[in-house]
Amino acid sequence: MASIRIEGLEKTYPGGVKAVKGIDLEVADGEFVVLVGPSGCGKSTLLRMVAGLETISAGALHIGERRVNELEPAQRDIAMVFQNYALYPHMTVFDNLAYGLKNRGFKRDEIRRRVEAAATMLEIEAFLPRKPRQLSGGQRQRVAMGRALVREPAAFLFDEPLSNLDAKLRVQMRVEIKKLQRRLKTTSLYVTHDQLEAMTLADRLVVLNDGRIEQVGTPMEIYARPASLFVATFIGSPAMNLIPLDYLHTNGGGDTATALLHDLPEGTDIVGIRPDDLHMRAPSEPHLVVESTLELFEAAGAESHLYVCLAGSDQPTVIRTAGQPPVAEGETLRFYVTRDALHPFNRESGKRIGDHG
Amino acid sequence: MQTKRMTFPGRWLPYALLAPQVIVTLIFFIWPSLQALYMSLLREDAFGLNTSFVGLANFRRLFADTYYLDSLSVTAVFAIGTTLLSMSAALLLATTVNRMLRSRNGYTTLLVWPYAIAPAIAGVLWWFIFNPSIGIVPYVLEMLGYRWNHRTSGTDAMALVIIAAAWKQIAYNFLFFLAGLQSIPQSLIEAAAIDGAGPVKRFWTIVFPLLTPTTFFLMVVNVVYAMFDTFGVIHATTQGGPAQATNILVYKVYADGFVGLNLGSSAAQSVILMAIVVALTVVQFRFIERRVNY
Repeated sequence: MASIRIEGLEKTYPGGVKAVKGIDLEVADGEFVVLVGPSGCGKSTLLRMVAGLETISAGALHIGERRVNELEPAQRDIAMVFQNYALYPHMTVFDNLAYGLKNRGFKRDEIRRRVEAAATMLEIEAFLPRKPRQLSGGQRQRVAMGRALVREPAAFLFDEPLSNLDAKLRVQMRVEIKKLQRRLKTTSLYVTHDQLEAMTLADRLVVLNDGRIEQVGTPMEIYARPASLFVATFIGSPAMNLIPLDYLHTNGGGDTATALLHDLPEGTDIVGIRPDDLHMRAPSEPHLVVESTLELFEAAGAESHLYVCLAGSDQPTVIRTAGQPPVAEGETLRFYVTRDALHPFNRESGKRIGDHG
Repeated sequence: MQTKRMTFPGRWLPYALLAPQVIVTLIFFIWPSLQALYMSLLREDAFGLNTSFVGLANFRRLFADTYYLDSLSVTAVFAIGTTLLSMSAALLLATTVNRMLRSRNGYTTLLVWPYAIAPAIAGVLWWFIFNPSIGIVPYVLEMLGYRWNHRTSGTDAMALVIIAAAWKQIAYNFLFFLAGLQSIPQSLIEAAAIDGAGPVKRFWTIVFPLLTPTTFFLMVVNVVYAMFDTFGVIHATTQGGPAQATNILVYKVYADGFVGLNLGSSAAQSVILMAIVVALTVVQFRFIERRVNY
């Protein structure tokens, strides 16, 4: 087990395309860090650089105390779980798990002991004599996990390991990965584009955009205080609503509206509001009142989404609530927002404006 | 997957559509084969004046003939040698080209060209290169202390025909190996690298086993090629000599039938060849089709 220290890591491809533009990150021993971002943000490239599958253009990479920039993947003492599982199709499950141990010159009974222990942990003992093609997607995923953990590496690297599974299985495997990591306490770096997966798995979340880190923090910190407009819209579903401050100045009603809006920090010109923070009943605290037209109602079981259009503007906005909407589609809907729900941003810099939180 | 089935009205249209293929097969394949089968049971004098039915005598005679038995083993050496040489050279080239990114297409195009050259031309080409009096290779070998003469040495002659025959087939094998290599997911190689296997070990434990279907397929194709498609190469280089050292079965059919005018024996030999083709095809369909699913 070991920590992973990433200092100023950059990746420039031949031809000049810069995929990773200087990343600094420290993954503590035993920590589960998730890299999340849209496709093309450089998260997979970063992971592959840690694995040794991509060369490092600039910066330093330490796993434990060792600088591993120039080391071969095999020498870095890491294990990786691939998106397409990358199981060796011509080998049985047993041989798939044993391959890395054989290559490292382990004794036969030690290999057998470790493979069987891993198989028991993942409940795949029954599949050991089978070939990967005889397994379902979820079972293959377990074998891929098994291949990573038999080696007892210093760190696990996961490259979107759940994206080939169906929705139900994905949730199930997500929980299992989390449990397994808690139990083994192996340092883990996990890449995904799915923000829900990222939120639920991570001890610490790293939001990447365009080859740079946008924000690092615990999932709840990031959800509660997104550092930029990008993070604000990327994390959380449905995405955070962004409303120009001018609009609220002109159209925001209520006795306390002016005082409330003046309380926002200097430089704010756009305000983010989470769909759950738009209330349809007036709260007791000071609040804003906004008029809108209900355009579409979407029932999703435990929660429902109201797609509304703000009065006097074509600004689309989403409200998350439970149960039925108070009005029919096409009618006017009034909602209330408190000061705590307002996330102040500056449009030009794209950054959050420091506020009292 | 369910494919949509097209149905035609009328009874005659399907037959009419099949007819060209069936007619060609009948005239150019089935009829000559039956003729050969029939002729293999006859004995005819050199002038075609007298024909008599002799049953299986032609076959019995062949298997008692040391020349024919020698030709069988010569063919085996030639087929195995050609297959091994062309396949290993092609695999080496394919793995090398597969490592390239930008220049891959250029190399592929260049490497495929030899396949377009007629066997006889390829034979003449190698005949020149290995010509004991004017060729470049004997000249170089001479400097290294080896006197090359495929006109007197059976081993030299065999080496020459194997090289000439294999060279042409390399292009074909190369294409299949390259396609096979490219269908192996990159992540498998990466997983193996993380699992601590070096490049050589990765090749023999991951890449080569995954190429098995391609390798088996090519093996059959190459053996068939070496046994039946190399008449031109032999004819242009050694003509079966020296002292029958390169007289492979196909060449012997021609030599005995059209030069020696022993048509009955020649026909019997071609029937045996047909049996070998049938056997190889069965091997391909039975054994290999099953091995394809790893």
